[in-house]
Amino acid sequence: MKKIEVITRPYKLDEVKEALTAAGIKGMTVSEVKGFGRQRGHTEVYRGAEYQVDFVPKVKIELVVEDALAAEVIKTIQNAARTGEVGDGKIFVSHIEEVVRIRTGETGNSAV
Amino acid sequence: MNAADTGFILICAALVMFMTPGLALFYGGMVRAKNVLGTVMHSMVILGVVSIVWAVIGYTLSFGSDIGGLIGGMDFFALNGVGLEPKEGVDNLPHLAFMVFQCMFAVITPALITGAFAERIKFTGFLLFTVLWVIFVYSPMCHWVWGGGWLAGFGALDFAGGAVVHMSSAASALACAIYLGKRSGYGKQPFMPHNLPLTVLGAAILWFGWFGFNAGSALAANGLAASAFTTTHMAAAAAAIGWMVVEWIHRGKPTTLGFVSGAVAGLVAITPAAGFVTVMPAIVIGLLAGGICYGGVLLKHLFGYDDSLDVVGIHGLGGTWGALATGLFATTVVNEAGSNGLFYGNPGQLWIQFVSVVATWAFCFVMTMILLKIVDVVCGLRVNSEDENKGLDVSQHSEVGYQL
Repeated sequence: MKKIEVITRPYKLDEVKEALTAAGIKGMTVSEVKGFGRQRGHTEVYRGAEYQVDFVPKVKIELVVEDALAAEVIKTIQNAARTGEVGDGKIFVSHIEEVVRIRTGETGNSAV
Repeated sequence: MNAADTGFILICAALVMFMTPGLALFYGGMVRAKNVLGTVMHSMVILGVVSIVWAVIGYTLSFGSDIGGLIGGMDFFALNGVGLEPKEGVDNLPHLAFMVFQCMFAVITPALITGAFAERIKFTGFLLFTVLWVIFVYSPMCHWVWGGGWLAGFGALDFAGGAVVHMSSAASALACAIYLGKRSGYGKQPFMPHNLPLTVLGAAILWFGWFGFNAGSALAANGLAASAFTTTHMAAAAAAIGWMVVEWIHRGKPTTLGFVSGAVAGLVAITPAAGFVTVMPAIVIGLLAGGICYGGVLLKHLFGYDDSLDVVGIHGLGGTWGALATGLFATTVVNEAGSNGLFYGNPGQLWIQFVSVVATWAFCFVMTMILLKIVDVVCGLRVNSEDENKGLDVSQHSEVGYQL
Protein backbone atom coordinates (compact mmCIF):
# COMPACT_ATOMS: atom_id res chain seq x y z
CA MET A 1 0.00 0.00 0.00
CA LYS A 2 1.14 3.54 -0.63
CA LYS A 3 0.68 6.70 1.42
CA ILE A 4 0.13 9.74 -0.74
CA GLU A 5 0.78 13.11 0.94
CA VAL A 6 -0.22 16.23 -0.97
CA ILE A 7 0.73 19.77 0.04
CA THR A 8 -1.05 22.34 -2.08
CA ARG A 9 -3.03 25.60 -2.10
CA PRO A 10 -5.89 25.77 0.42
CA TYR A 11 -8.48 26.85 -2.14
CA LYS A 12 -7.68 23.77 -4.24
CA LEU A 13 -8.88 21.42 -1.51
CA ASP A 14 -12.45 21.09 -2.79
CA GLU A 15 -11.37 20.49 -6.38
CA VAL A 16 -8.89 17.79 -5.36
CA LYS A 17 -11.44 16.17 -3.04
CA GLU A 18 -14.11 16.07 -5.80
CA ALA A 19 -11.66 14.63 -8.32
CA LEU A 20 -10.52 11.92 -5.91
CA THR A 21 -14.02 10.87 -4.83
CA ALA A 22 -15.05 10.74 -8.50
CA ALA A 23 -12.12 8.40 -9.07
CA GLY A 24 -13.39 6.07 -6.36
CA ILE A 25 -11.30 7.11 -3.35
CA LYS A 26 -13.27 6.44 -0.15
CA GLY A 27 -11.43 8.57 2.43
CA MET A 28 -8.68 11.09 3.23
CA THR A 29 -7.32 13.22 6.09
CA VAL A 30 -6.83 16.95 5.75
CA SER A 31 -4.82 19.37 7.87
CA GLU A 32 -4.01 23.09 7.67
CA VAL A 33 -0.29 23.62 7.52
CA LYS A 34 2.12 26.36 6.57
CA GLY A 35 5.41 26.24 4.76
CA PHE A 36 7.46 27.60 1.92
CA GLY A 37 9.37 26.36 -1.07
CA ARG A 38 10.06 28.67 -3.94
CA GLN A 39 6.95 30.72 -3.22
CA ARG A 40 7.83 33.91 -1.32
CA GLY A 41 5.89 34.99 1.78
CA HIS A 42 4.58 38.50 2.44
CA THR A 43 5.26 41.61 4.51
CA GLU A 44 3.11 42.73 7.42
CA VAL A 45 3.28 46.21 8.95
CA TYR A 46 2.32 47.03 12.56
CA ARG A 47 2.81 50.60 13.81
CA GLY A 48 5.48 51.36 11.30
CA ALA A 49 7.49 48.21 11.94
CA GLU A 50 7.82 45.75 9.03
CA TYR A 51 7.73 41.99 9.56
CA GLN A 52 8.66 39.51 6.84
CA VAL A 53 6.40 36.44 7.07
CA ASP A 54 8.03 33.55 5.20
CA PHE A 55 5.45 30.85 5.80
CA VAL A 56 2.51 30.54 3.40
CA PRO A 57 -0.71 28.76 4.46
CA LYS A 58 -1.15 25.42 2.68
CA VAL A 59 -3.38 22.39 2.97
CA LYS A 60 -2.05 18.85 3.48
CA ILE A 61 -4.11 15.92 2.19
CA GLU A 62 -3.13 12.40 3.23
CA LEU A 63 -4.53 9.20 1.78
CA VAL A 64 -3.55 5.53 1.67
CA VAL A 65 -4.26 3.49 -1.47
CA GLU A 66 -3.54 0.06 -2.90
CA ASP A 67 -0.24 -0.09 -4.82
CA ALA A 68 -2.00 -0.59 -8.14
CA LEU A 69 -4.00 2.61 -7.85
CA ALA A 70 -1.16 4.93 -6.79
CA ALA A 71 -0.09 6.16 -10.22
CA GLU A 72 -3.63 7.01 -11.32
CA VAL A 73 -4.39 8.80 -8.04
CA ILE A 74 -1.25 10.90 -8.38
CA LYS A 75 -2.26 11.94 -11.90
CA THR A 76 -5.79 12.82 -10.71
CA ILE A 77 -4.42 14.99 -7.89
CA GLN A 78 -1.96 16.75 -10.15
CA ASN A 79 -4.62 17.63 -12.72
CA ALA A 80 -6.93 19.03 -10.07
CA ALA A 81 -4.34 20.98 -8.05
CA ARG A 82 -2.17 22.40 -10.80
CA THR A 83 -2.38 26.11 -11.68
CA GLY A 84 0.97 26.49 -13.39
CA GLU A 85 2.16 29.17 -10.91
CA VAL A 86 4.92 28.78 -8.29
CA GLY A 87 3.27 27.50 -5.09
CA ASP A 88 1.27 24.57 -6.55
CA GLY A 89 2.98 22.30 -4.04
CA LYS A 90 4.28 18.74 -3.93
CA ILE A 91 3.13 15.13 -3.70
CA PHE A 92 5.10 12.70 -1.51
CA VAL A 93 4.68 8.95 -1.90
CA SER A 94 5.79 6.48 0.74
CA HIS A 95 5.35 2.79 1.49
CA ILE A 96 2.80 1.75 4.11
CA GLU A 97 3.63 -1.43 6.02
CA GLU A 98 0.24 -2.20 7.53
CA VAL A 99 -3.30 -0.83 7.71
CA VAL A 100 -5.90 -1.92 10.32
CA ARG A 101 -9.61 -1.05 10.33
CA ILE A 102 -10.31 -0.41 14.01
CA ARG A 103 -13.99 -1.42 13.98
CA THR A 104 -13.58 -4.83 12.39
CA GLY A 105 -9.90 -5.68 12.77
CA GLU A 106 -9.46 -6.14 8.96
CA THR A 107 -5.93 -5.66 7.69
CA GLY A 108 -4.19 -5.01 4.42
CA ASN A 109 -5.89 -3.95 1.21
CA SER A 110 -9.39 -4.66 2.55
CA ALA A 111 -8.76 -2.16 5.34
CA VAL A 112 -7.74 0.65 2.98
CA MET B 1 -27.14 71.93 42.90
CA ASN B 2 -28.14 71.50 39.29
CA ALA B 3 -30.07 68.43 38.18
CA ALA B 4 -28.95 68.58 34.53
CA ASP B 5 -25.30 68.91 35.53
CA THR B 6 -25.58 66.10 38.05
CA GLY B 7 -27.20 63.75 35.54
CA PHE B 8 -24.64 64.66 32.89
CA ILE B 9 -21.61 64.15 35.15
CA LEU B 10 -22.86 60.77 36.40
CA ILE B 11 -23.29 59.62 32.79
CA CYS B 12 -19.83 60.95 31.96
CA ALA B 13 -18.38 59.05 34.92
CA ALA B 14 -19.91 55.89 33.49
CA LEU B 15 -18.44 56.67 30.06
CA VAL B 16 -14.97 57.14 31.53
CA MET B 17 -15.37 53.90 33.50
CA PHE B 18 -16.09 52.13 30.23
CA MET B 19 -12.75 53.35 28.86
CA THR B 20 -10.84 51.02 31.17
CA PRO B 21 -12.34 47.78 29.80
CA GLY B 22 -11.99 49.45 26.38
CA LEU B 23 -8.29 49.89 27.06
CA ALA B 24 -8.11 46.25 28.16
CA LEU B 25 -9.35 45.18 24.72
CA PHE B 26 -7.23 47.76 22.88
CA TYR B 27 -4.07 46.45 24.55
CA GLY B 28 -5.23 42.83 24.66
CA GLY B 29 -5.56 42.55 20.90
CA MET B 30 -2.04 43.85 20.37
CA VAL B 31 -0.15 41.32 22.47
CA ARG B 32 0.55 37.69 21.59
CA ALA B 33 -2.26 35.23 22.24
CA LYS B 34 -0.46 33.64 25.18
CA ASN B 35 -0.58 36.97 27.05
CA VAL B 36 -4.08 38.19 26.20
CA LEU B 37 -5.65 37.42 29.59
CA GLY B 38 -2.68 38.71 31.54
CA THR B 39 -2.93 41.99 29.65
CA VAL B 40 -6.70 42.33 29.96
CA MET B 41 -6.48 41.41 33.63
CA HIS B 42 -4.17 44.34 34.34
CA SER B 43 -6.84 46.87 33.35
CA MET B 44 -9.70 45.00 34.93
CA VAL B 45 -7.97 44.47 38.26
CA ILE B 46 -7.08 48.17 38.34
CA LEU B 47 -10.79 48.95 38.04
CA GLY B 48 -11.25 47.04 41.27
CA VAL B 49 -8.17 47.92 43.28
CA VAL B 50 -7.69 51.56 42.36
CA SER B 51 -11.36 52.39 42.93
CA ILE B 52 -11.02 51.32 46.54
CA VAL B 53 -7.65 53.01 47.02
CA TRP B 54 -9.19 56.19 45.59
CA ALA B 55 -12.13 56.08 47.96
CA VAL B 56 -9.99 55.46 51.02
CA ILE B 57 -6.97 57.73 50.44
CA GLY B 58 -6.54 58.85 46.82
CA TYR B 59 -9.42 61.32 46.75
CA THR B 60 -8.36 63.14 49.88
CA LEU B 61 -4.70 63.37 48.83
CA SER B 62 -5.86 64.86 45.53
CA PHE B 63 -8.65 67.17 46.63
CA GLY B 64 -8.21 67.70 50.36
CA SER B 65 -7.13 71.09 51.74
CA ASP B 66 -3.90 72.15 50.12
CA ILE B 67 -0.64 71.58 52.01
CA GLY B 68 2.19 73.68 50.61
CA GLY B 69 0.88 73.45 47.06
CA LEU B 70 2.08 69.85 46.91
CA ILE B 71 -0.58 67.56 48.34
CA GLY B 72 -4.06 67.48 49.84
CA GLY B 73 -4.81 66.93 53.52
CA MET B 74 -6.79 64.15 55.19
CA ASP B 75 -10.11 66.07 55.25
CA PHE B 76 -11.79 63.49 53.04
CA PHE B 77 -10.01 60.35 54.26
CA ALA B 78 -12.32 57.34 53.67
CA LEU B 79 -14.72 59.80 52.04
CA ASN B 80 -15.38 61.56 55.33
CA GLY B 81 -17.50 64.61 54.56
CA VAL B 82 -18.12 63.51 50.98
CA GLY B 83 -21.86 63.18 50.69
CA LEU B 84 -24.89 64.36 48.84
CA GLU B 85 -24.24 68.05 49.43
CA PRO B 86 -21.96 69.94 47.04
CA LYS B 87 -18.23 70.28 47.57
CA GLU B 88 -16.90 73.71 48.40
CA GLY B 89 -16.06 75.33 45.08
CA VAL B 90 -18.11 72.93 42.94
CA ASP B 91 -21.61 73.92 43.95
CA ASN B 92 -23.60 72.45 41.06
CA LEU B 93 -22.91 68.79 41.86
CA PRO B 94 -23.31 66.45 44.83
CA HIS B 95 -19.82 65.93 46.25
CA LEU B 96 -20.12 62.19 45.61
CA ALA B 97 -20.75 62.83 41.91
CA PHE B 98 -17.57 64.87 41.64
CA MET B 99 -15.61 62.25 43.59
CA VAL B 100 -16.81 59.29 41.56
CA PHE B 101 -16.21 61.11 38.27
CA GLN B 102 -12.64 61.80 39.38
CA CYS B 103 -12.35 58.18 40.49
CA MET B 104 -12.65 56.98 36.90
CA PHE B 105 -9.70 59.18 35.89
CA ALA B 106 -7.62 57.74 38.72
CA VAL B 107 -8.49 54.28 37.44
CA ILE B 108 -7.66 54.70 33.76
CA THR B 109 -4.33 56.46 34.33
CA PRO B 110 -2.41 53.53 35.89
CA ALA B 111 -4.13 51.25 33.37
CA LEU B 112 -2.40 53.19 30.58
CA ILE B 113 1.01 52.37 32.05
CA THR B 114 0.37 48.62 31.73
CA GLY B 115 1.10 48.87 28.02
CA ALA B 116 4.76 49.53 28.74
CA PHE B 117 5.40 46.40 30.80
CA ALA B 118 3.02 44.10 28.95
CA GLU B 119 4.03 40.47 28.49
CA ARG B 120 6.72 40.41 31.19
CA ILE B 121 5.52 41.67 34.58
CA LYS B 122 4.74 39.60 37.67
CA PHE B 123 1.15 39.99 38.82
CA THR B 124 2.09 40.55 42.47
CA GLY B 125 4.68 43.19 41.61
CA PHE B 126 2.21 44.88 39.28
CA LEU B 127 -0.45 45.05 42.03
CA LEU B 128 1.86 46.56 44.62
CA PHE B 129 3.32 49.00 42.09
CA THR B 130 -0.12 50.17 41.01
CA VAL B 131 -1.31 50.86 44.56
CA LEU B 132 1.85 52.81 45.38
CA TRP B 133 1.73 54.69 42.09
CA VAL B 134 -1.81 55.96 42.64
CA ILE B 135 -0.89 57.22 46.11
CA PHE B 136 2.55 58.69 45.39
CA VAL B 137 2.37 59.80 41.75
CA TYR B 138 -1.22 60.20 40.55
CA SER B 139 -2.60 61.88 43.67
CA PRO B 140 0.11 64.54 43.86
CA MET B 141 -0.19 65.23 40.10
CA CYS B 142 -3.97 65.47 40.39
CA HIS B 143 -3.61 67.83 43.33
CA TRP B 144 -1.05 70.02 41.56
CA VAL B 145 -3.30 70.56 38.53
CA TRP B 146 -6.90 70.16 39.71
CA GLY B 147 -6.81 70.12 43.52
CA GLY B 148 -5.54 73.65 44.03
CA GLY B 149 -1.86 72.78 43.97
CA TRP B 150 1.11 74.69 42.58
CA LEU B 151 0.67 73.99 38.87
CA ALA B 152 -2.84 75.39 39.00
CA GLY B 153 -1.57 78.42 40.91
CA PHE B 154 1.14 78.80 38.27
CA GLY B 155 -1.54 79.08 35.59
CA ALA B 156 -1.02 75.77 33.76
CA LEU B 157 -3.97 74.82 31.56
CA ASP B 158 -5.02 71.16 31.52
CA PHE B 159 -8.69 70.75 30.77
CA ALA B 160 -9.16 67.00 31.13
CA GLY B 161 -5.82 65.46 32.02
CA GLY B 162 -3.06 65.98 29.46
CA ALA B 163 -0.59 66.19 32.34
CA VAL B 164 -2.46 64.36 35.09
CA VAL B 165 -3.34 61.37 32.95
CA HIS B 166 -1.29 61.18 29.77
CA MET B 167 2.13 62.69 30.41
CA SER B 168 2.19 61.20 33.90
CA SER B 169 1.41 57.68 32.68
CA ALA B 170 3.83 58.02 29.76
CA ALA B 171 6.74 59.28 31.87
CA SER B 172 6.06 56.42 34.27
CA ALA B 173 5.77 53.99 31.37
CA LEU B 174 9.19 55.08 30.13
CA ALA B 175 10.65 54.39 33.57
CA CYS B 176 8.99 50.97 33.59
CA ALA B 177 10.20 50.04 30.11
CA ILE B 178 13.76 51.01 30.99
CA TYR B 179 13.75 49.36 34.43
CA LEU B 180 12.14 46.08 33.37
CA GLY B 181 14.17 45.71 30.21
CA LYS B 182 13.17 44.22 26.89
CA ARG B 183 10.93 41.24 26.37
CA SER B 184 12.75 37.98 25.74
CA GLY B 185 13.24 37.61 22.01
CA TYR B 186 12.63 41.29 21.29
CA GLY B 187 14.16 42.28 17.99
CA LYS B 188 14.81 38.66 17.00
CA GLN B 189 11.37 37.09 17.04
CA PRO B 190 8.43 38.84 15.40
CA PHE B 191 5.91 40.03 18.00
CA MET B 192 2.72 40.61 16.08
CA PRO B 193 -0.73 41.63 17.35
CA HIS B 194 -2.81 38.48 17.71
CA ASN B 195 -6.32 39.94 17.43
CA LEU B 196 -6.60 43.34 15.74
CA PRO B 197 -10.42 43.29 15.56
CA LEU B 198 -10.30 43.28 19.38
CA THR B 199 -7.96 46.26 19.31
CA VAL B 200 -10.28 48.15 16.97
CA LEU B 201 -13.22 47.43 19.28
CA GLY B 202 -11.19 48.70 22.21
CA ALA B 203 -10.23 51.86 20.33
CA ALA B 204 -13.87 52.51 19.46
CA ILE B 205 -14.84 52.19 23.13
CA LEU B 206 -12.03 54.58 24.06
CA TRP B 207 -13.23 57.17 21.50
CA PHE B 208 -16.78 56.83 22.81
CA GLY B 209 -15.75 57.02 26.45
CA TRP B 210 -13.48 59.99 25.79
CA PHE B 211 -16.57 62.14 25.29
CA GLY B 212 -17.23 61.60 28.98
CA PHE B 213 -13.58 62.22 29.74
CA ASN B 214 -13.33 65.58 27.94
CA ALA B 215 -16.87 66.92 27.80
CA GLY B 216 -17.46 65.83 31.39
CA SER B 217 -14.48 67.86 32.50
CA ALA B 218 -16.64 70.93 31.94
CA LEU B 219 -18.33 69.69 35.13
CA ALA B 220 -21.63 71.01 33.76
CA ALA B 221 -24.15 70.31 31.00
CA ASN B 222 -23.46 73.52 29.13
CA GLY B 223 -21.94 75.13 26.06
CA LEU B 224 -18.40 74.44 27.22
CA ALA B 225 -19.19 70.74 27.43
CA ALA B 226 -20.58 70.85 23.89
CA SER B 227 -17.44 72.64 22.72
CA ALA B 228 -15.14 70.11 24.41
CA PHE B 229 -17.20 67.25 22.97
CA THR B 230 -16.81 68.65 19.46
CA THR B 231 -13.11 69.44 19.64
CA THR B 232 -12.54 65.94 21.03
CA HIS B 233 -14.33 64.24 18.17
CA MET B 234 -12.77 66.34 15.41
CA ALA B 235 -9.26 65.97 16.80
CA ALA B 236 -9.67 62.19 16.90
CA ALA B 237 -10.90 62.11 13.33
CA ALA B 238 -8.11 64.36 12.05
CA ALA B 239 -5.41 62.45 13.93
CA ALA B 240 -6.60 59.09 12.63
CA ILE B 241 -6.34 60.44 9.09
CA GLY B 242 -3.00 62.07 9.85
CA TRP B 243 -1.42 58.85 11.11
CA MET B 244 -2.93 56.83 8.28
CA VAL B 245 -1.52 59.18 5.64
CA VAL B 246 1.97 59.31 7.18
CA GLU B 247 2.10 55.52 7.43
CA TRP B 248 0.75 55.19 3.88
CA ILE B 249 3.60 57.31 2.59
CA HIS B 250 6.25 55.76 4.84
CA ARG B 251 5.35 52.05 4.55
CA GLY B 252 3.24 51.94 1.42
CA LYS B 253 -0.10 50.87 2.88
CA PRO B 254 -2.70 52.40 5.24
CA THR B 255 -3.17 50.03 8.19
CA THR B 256 -6.12 49.43 10.50
CA LEU B 257 -3.88 49.50 13.55
CA GLY B 258 -2.41 52.76 12.32
CA PHE B 259 -5.80 54.39 11.87
CA VAL B 260 -7.06 53.54 15.36
CA SER B 261 -3.70 54.37 16.93
CA GLY B 262 -3.92 57.75 15.24
CA ALA B 263 -7.40 58.29 16.65
CA VAL B 264 -6.15 57.55 20.15
CA ALA B 265 -3.19 59.90 19.62
CA GLY B 266 -5.58 62.67 18.64
CA LEU B 267 -7.77 62.03 21.67
CA VAL B 268 -4.70 62.22 23.88
CA ALA B 269 -3.49 65.45 22.31
CA ILE B 270 -6.83 67.23 22.56
CA THR B 271 -7.30 66.21 26.21
CA PRO B 272 -5.54 69.22 27.78
CA ALA B 273 -6.94 71.57 25.11
CA ALA B 274 -10.51 70.33 24.69
CA GLY B 275 -12.23 73.05 26.69
CA PHE B 276 -9.90 75.89 25.68
CA VAL B 277 -9.70 75.80 21.89
CA THR B 278 -12.10 76.19 18.98
CA VAL B 279 -12.87 73.46 16.46
CA MET B 280 -10.55 74.30 13.55
CA PRO B 281 -7.46 74.49 15.77
CA ALA B 282 -8.60 71.18 17.28
CA ILE B 283 -8.42 69.67 13.80
CA VAL B 284 -4.91 71.06 13.37
CA ILE B 285 -3.90 69.70 16.78
CA GLY B 286 -5.27 66.30 15.81
CA LEU B 287 -3.69 66.22 12.36
CA LEU B 288 -0.25 67.01 13.77
CA ALA B 289 -0.72 64.58 16.67
CA GLY B 290 -1.23 61.79 14.15
CA GLY B 291 2.09 62.50 12.49
CA ILE B 292 4.02 63.32 15.67
CA CYS B 293 2.89 60.18 17.47
CA TYR B 294 3.68 57.99 14.46
CA GLY B 295 7.21 59.32 14.78
CA GLY B 296 7.03 58.81 18.52
CA VAL B 297 6.38 55.12 18.02
CA LEU B 298 9.47 54.79 15.84
CA LEU B 299 11.48 56.57 18.61
CA LYS B 300 11.73 53.44 20.71
CA HIS B 301 13.74 51.69 18.01
CA LEU B 302 16.10 54.67 18.00
CA PHE B 303 16.64 54.69 21.76
CA GLY B 304 16.36 50.96 22.30
CA TYR B 305 13.67 50.69 24.97
CA ASP B 306 10.87 48.13 24.74
CA ASP B 307 7.66 50.09 25.33
CA SER B 308 5.53 47.14 24.28
CA LEU B 309 2.35 49.02 23.41
CA ASP B 310 3.70 52.51 22.75
CA VAL B 311 2.51 54.33 25.84
CA VAL B 312 5.40 56.79 25.50
CA GLY B 313 4.98 57.30 21.78
CA ILE B 314 1.26 57.97 21.94
CA HIS B 315 0.44 59.24 25.43
CA GLY B 316 3.78 60.87 26.08
CA LEU B 317 4.32 62.68 22.82
CA GLY B 318 0.61 63.22 22.27
CA GLY B 319 0.14 64.64 25.74
CA THR B 320 3.23 66.85 25.43
CA TRP B 321 2.15 68.17 22.03
CA GLY B 322 -1.36 68.75 23.38
CA ALA B 323 -0.06 70.65 26.41
CA LEU B 324 2.08 72.91 24.23
CA ALA B 325 -0.68 73.28 21.64
CA THR B 326 -2.92 74.52 24.44
CA GLY B 327 -0.33 77.25 24.98
CA LEU B 328 -0.72 78.15 21.30
CA PHE B 329 -4.44 77.91 20.64
CA ALA B 330 -6.20 78.56 23.98
CA THR B 331 -8.78 81.36 23.86
CA THR B 332 -10.90 82.88 26.60
CA VAL B 333 -13.69 83.17 24.04
CA VAL B 334 -14.29 79.45 24.54
CA ASN B 335 -13.53 79.37 28.25
CA GLU B 336 -13.18 82.54 30.29
CA ALA B 337 -11.79 80.53 33.21
CA GLY B 338 -8.78 79.71 31.04
CA SER B 339 -6.29 81.99 29.34
CA ASN B 340 -5.28 83.05 25.85
CA GLY B 341 -2.51 81.25 24.05
CA LEU B 342 0.29 82.52 21.79
CA PHE B 343 -1.92 82.82 18.70
CA TYR B 344 -4.32 85.00 20.68
CA GLY B 345 -1.69 87.45 21.83
CA ASN B 346 -0.35 85.79 25.00
CA PRO B 347 3.03 84.08 24.44
CA GLY B 348 3.50 83.73 28.20
CA GLN B 349 1.06 80.83 28.32
CA LEU B 350 3.31 78.73 26.13
CA TRP B 351 6.10 79.08 28.69
CA ILE B 352 3.74 78.10 31.51
CA GLN B 353 2.70 75.02 29.55
CA PHE B 354 6.35 74.16 28.90
CA VAL B 355 7.12 74.33 32.62
CA SER B 356 4.17 72.04 33.36
CA VAL B 357 5.47 69.56 30.77
CA VAL B 358 8.95 69.45 32.27
CA ALA B 359 7.70 69.26 35.85
CA THR B 360 5.31 66.42 35.01
CA TRP B 361 7.87 64.32 33.12
CA ALA B 362 10.56 64.85 35.75
CA PHE B 363 8.41 64.14 38.80
CA CYS B 364 6.62 61.13 37.37
CA PHE B 365 9.72 59.52 35.85
CA VAL B 366 11.86 59.86 38.98
CA MET B 367 9.11 58.92 41.42
CA THR B 368 8.20 55.88 39.35
CA MET B 369 11.81 54.71 39.24
CA ILE B 370 11.91 54.88 43.04
CA LEU B 371 8.66 52.92 43.35
CA LEU B 372 9.89 50.30 40.87
CA LYS B 373 13.01 49.77 42.92
CA ILE B 374 11.00 49.39 46.13
CA VAL B 375 8.57 46.91 44.57
CA ASP B 376 11.40 44.95 42.99
CA VAL B 377 13.04 44.54 46.38
CA VAL B 378 9.81 43.65 48.16
CA CYS B 379 8.33 41.12 45.75
CA GLY B 380 10.04 41.22 42.39
CA LEU B 381 8.82 42.78 39.16
CA ARG B 382 9.76 40.64 36.20
CA VAL B 383 8.63 37.07 35.56
CA ASN B 384 11.39 34.50 35.10
CA SER B 385 12.21 33.48 31.55
CA GLU B 386 10.32 30.18 31.72
CA ASP B 387 7.13 31.95 32.78
CA GLU B 388 7.67 34.60 30.13
CA ASN B 389 7.96 31.95 27.43
CA LYS B 390 4.90 30.06 28.69
CA GLY B 391 3.00 33.32 28.65
CA LEU B 392 1.38 35.31 31.43
CA ASP B 393 -2.01 33.66 31.00
CA VAL B 394 -0.75 30.24 32.01
CA SER B 395 2.05 31.31 34.35
CA GLN B 396 0.27 34.08 36.28
CA HIS B 397 -3.38 33.03 36.03
CA SER B 398 -3.56 29.32 35.11
CA GLU B 399 -5.86 30.24 32.25
CA VAL B 400 -5.84 30.14 28.49
CA GLY B 401 -7.54 32.85 26.47
CA TYR B 402 -8.74 30.72 23.55
CA GLN B 403 -9.54 27.01 23.69
CA LEU B 404 -9.15 26.26 19.99
